[in-house]
Amino acid sequence: MAEYKSSAIEEFSNIWVFCEQRDGKLMNTDFELISEARKLADQRGSKLVALLLGGEGIGDLAKELGGYGADQVIVCEDPALAVYTNEAYSKVVCDMVMKYKPEVLLIGASNIGRDLGPRCAARLHTGLTADCTHLDIDMNTYVDFLDKNSNVDVKNTEFKMEDVNMKMTRPAFGGHLMATIICPRFRPCMATVRPGVLKKEEYDQTKAEACEITIVKPNIDTAALHEKVLEIVKEAKEVVDLIGADVVVSIGNGAAKDIETAKKLALELADALGGGVVGSSRALVDAGLMDADRQVGQTGKTVHPKVYVALGISGAIQHQAGMQNSELIIAVNKNENEPIFEIADYGLVGDLFKVVPEMINAINSMK
Amino acid sequence: MKIYVCVKQVPDTSGVVAVNPDGTMNRAKMPAIINPDDLNAMEAALQLKEKECATVVAVSMGPPQAGEMMRELLAMGADEAVLISGREFGGSDTFATSQIIAGAIHHLGIKEEDLILCGRQAIDGDTAQVGPQIAEKLHLPQVTYATEIIKEGNTYTVKRALEDGYMSIQVKSPCLITCIKELNEPRYMTVEGVFSADEKPLTVLDYEALKDEPLIETETIGLNGSPTNIFKSFNPPVKGKGEMFVGSDKEMAMQLAEKLAEKHVI
Amino acid sequence: MILDQKHLRFQKLCRQFAETEFTKDLLDKLEETGDFDWDIFRKMSKYGFCGVKIPKEYGGAGGDYLSYAILVEEFARVSPVLSIYANTSNSLGGGPLMLAGSEEQKQKYLPPVARGDKIMVFALTEPGAGSDAGGTTTRAEEQADGSFILNGRKTFISGAPVADYCIVFAKTDPKQKGSRGISMFVLDMKLPGVSLGKPEHKMGIIGYPTCDVIMEDVHVPADALVGKKDKGFGYAMQTLDGGRLGMAAQGVGIAQGCLEEAVKYSKERKQFGRPIANFQAISFMLADMATETEAARQLVYHAAELKDAGKDAAMACSIAKYFAAEAANHVAYKAVQIHGGYGYINEYKVERFYRDARIVPIYEGTSQVQQMVISGMLLK
Repeated sequence: MAEYKSSAIEEFSNIWVFCEQRDGKLMNTDFELISEARKLADQRGSKLVALLLGGEGIGDLAKELGGYGADQVIVCEDPALAVYTNEAYSKVVCDMVMKYKPEVLLIGASNIGRDLGPRCAARLHTGLTADCTHLDIDMNTYVDFLDKNSNVDVKNTEFKMEDVNMKMTRPAFGGHLMATIICPRFRPCMATVRPGVLKKEEYDQTKAEACEITIVKPNIDTAALHEKVLEIVKEAKEVVDLIGADVVVSIGNGAAKDIETAKKLALELADALGGGVVGSSRALVDAGLMDADRQVGQTGKTVHPKVYVALGISGAIQHQAGMQNSELIIAVNKNENEPIFEIADYGLVGDLFKVVPEMINAINSMK
Repeated sequence: MKIYVCVKQVPDTSGVVAVNPDGTMNRAKMPAIINPDDLNAMEAALQLKEKECATVVAVSMGPPQAGEMMRELLAMGADEAVLISGREFGGSDTFATSQIIAGAIHHLGIKEEDLILCGRQAIDGDTAQVGPQIAEKLHLPQVTYATEIIKEGNTYTVKRALEDGYMSIQVKSPCLITCIKELNEPRYMTVEGVFSADEKPLTVLDYEALKDEPLIETETIGLNGSPTNIFKSFNPPVKGKGEMFVGSDKEMAMQLAEKLAEKHVI
Repeated sequence: MILDQKHLRFQKLCRQFAETEFTKDLLDKLEETGDFDWDIFRKMSKYGFCGVKIPKEYGGAGGDYLSYAILVEEFARVSPVLSIYANTSNSLGGGPLMLAGSEEQKQKYLPPVARGDKIMVFALTEPGAGSDAGGTTTRAEEQADGSFILNGRKTFISGAPVADYCIVFAKTDPKQKGSRGISMFVLDMKLPGVSLGKPEHKMGIIGYPTCDVIMEDVHVPADALVGKKDKGFGYAMQTLDGGRLGMAAQGVGIAQGCLEEAVKYSKERKQFGRPIANFQAISFMLADMATETEAARQLVYHAAELKDAGKDAAMACSIAKYFAAEAANHVAYKAVQIHGGYGYINEYKVERFYRDARIVPIYEGTSQVQQMVISGMLLK
């Protein structure tokens, strides 16, 4: 086999996904990545390989990766890999890449993936694009993506349709801009991918059975390792602060007639949306119905969650000041003329006590 | 003991973001700030310095205007500042940047008891890559996402944040640690520091000074040399007034749920 | 004037500190209790704000008048009352010693004041001697051993309830008329015979307590006399000169704070289907506010520059104080007006700014005293 040289791009082939496990359990991101990489492999007409590192017995998990679309799983088992350490993992990942020369290497952008990815890219002498939210290889699918998700006038833009570099799209500047990055001169083309963005496909037992498992004994000199893991502590999620929450469901005057039910509904809705915190408008705080630390707005807290739901809130400027930068705003109010609907992405006109239970049902039915 | 703190000047993306007609960021129109995580690294360095004798050296790569940021770091308490600045370095991606910074640190010298601290990531790129890549280039162990750093002799015990808890890792110096905001509360400049910052040493390292550094591969730096290139940058579609659903409560709820599923919110 | 890098850096520090540390909770607490907040004072001290203008050899940062003005302006922009916390040591508290103290006195008093370990305040006003400081009746009788016995009452003394030392003016030679025959003393507040009146309930600047200082047969040693005997009034006037600059800067800060609140609110608040900023009645008010604020700022910076250059700045300081104090009130008035009913309730910052602004044309020389000073120099 030729010596590893990242610029000899013609020597590289196949799509690889580094699959992260913690405590001997695969992560949801692994399935998301495999599902997406399956499409890339099909676009490229190449093989999809999952790379799985772990302690003794980790190979037992390999088949499951096949069920989401991996053609082959390379399993590196060693006691030194049971728990993630940057040193041992980067050594084994780089050894494998140098040996098999994949064209693409995807890694989940978890705290571990973002520790491992850059280290490997630097050693492998190639580029790495962080925290991608969308990937394409085939130019047609990329142009189609741009057409749907950007302000680019694709009809009047020239594209080199034969380009086979992986096109890695990611938000830049806190989401104010999107950028598509390529790595044309070096291989593998590496990306870390944001968890929870790509869609996991259906598990397919037949594919799982068909998946090829390759066990590789990694070459780790434990005596030469510098990094020592003293302990790993799992912490129960703390009570989420309003400001840090991904989902905030706030209630306003419309909830005053039955505050306890409204609070319960708001929390249930937050749970359905992935878990979050219940906020409040100033009116309910002033009325003594909600605690002041839950108040969103000018004189309360400023929040910017991924999803903000305003239930029975008119959306006065004082309230808007505290929530208008939320990524997605959903409003429920009896009065369709309330200002909250001017800034909401989705509006539902109705009585929150009737609409919210329907929302919870509908959302849960979609999962 | 020397503590290198790697710092980046970034446009403040928390406020209004100015965009050029071509879709790139108009940095000139946005206030430049010290990258927030880097301030946590600086604070960690200053706290270590308070416990034992250490020289804190702030290192940054950026345009000459970043000089004032270096003065601010000196006003916080850094002893020296080094600004890596040159046209040849402009437009570098993380791979290129980390080579240059690693080269500069190598040039300045790193000894057994020394430490490199970085912020986890910069708010303009959010990559979190430069820290680990500097460590790789210098062949040093790395610990990222530090929420606690305890030093005993040349041994560092670092709490490294995970999504569902933390792991406690022990490494020996020299090593590189990237810091997150949970680590500490960065101090301000001090009044005395503000007035004496101009008297502290600020060194500028340009291309000439670094081009012979063995860690720097001159053909993979700068805009053209960087392994990754911007293929296209664009704005997400403009958000108009939202969509009002119509129908019964149940119908509206279903329409909403479908939209949320489409957007992968659920 | 254009600030240089060093002053810009200092401005940034002051702004960052004020915006981060002067939280709504803290400001509300000051307002509710009226008490001095030791935590924020200690934090200011830790960063060196109490010693901005005190020379390095006496434990300060050795900053200039321009830095001092920037400090007060930036703090007042967020909290007028907290700007006083950092002001006193650099102005009326530490000022008299820097001006006339002996080397021994400076070494003894200034370093702890610069560090914020001790608080030193200034007591000139008496129940019967306000703008007419020459009417001082507090008496200091010299004893055979050179020590003094003080008797009298000083009124409206800002910071007195928390002070360790107080600069006191007292008549040492009753035979001399008016402002002559007055001497300046540094009074240890723990001495027997020193007592405090009850704290005043003020319209604004709540959270920096003010009360009377009463002296009954207080025996102070000879070295409590600062500067030359019988020359105290001149020192007071010179100190107030610098103090005026600080209070002018406070006016600028209040005006700036009001302007920013008004701009923000007028863009958010919608009436008749559009933001009220789109109405000329509002936008022209904003233009007037910005103009007065900037004019006041330039007068203050110019006066500071003159003082730093060692030039005669008495007139410039009076002009700056007069203009900035009035500007702060005009701007605060308009800011409340723009806020409408919301400006009249304490949820909104302008309500407090409005009350705080009202003292600026009163203390450290009323606007009318400034007019006297200015016209006096014109007609000399």
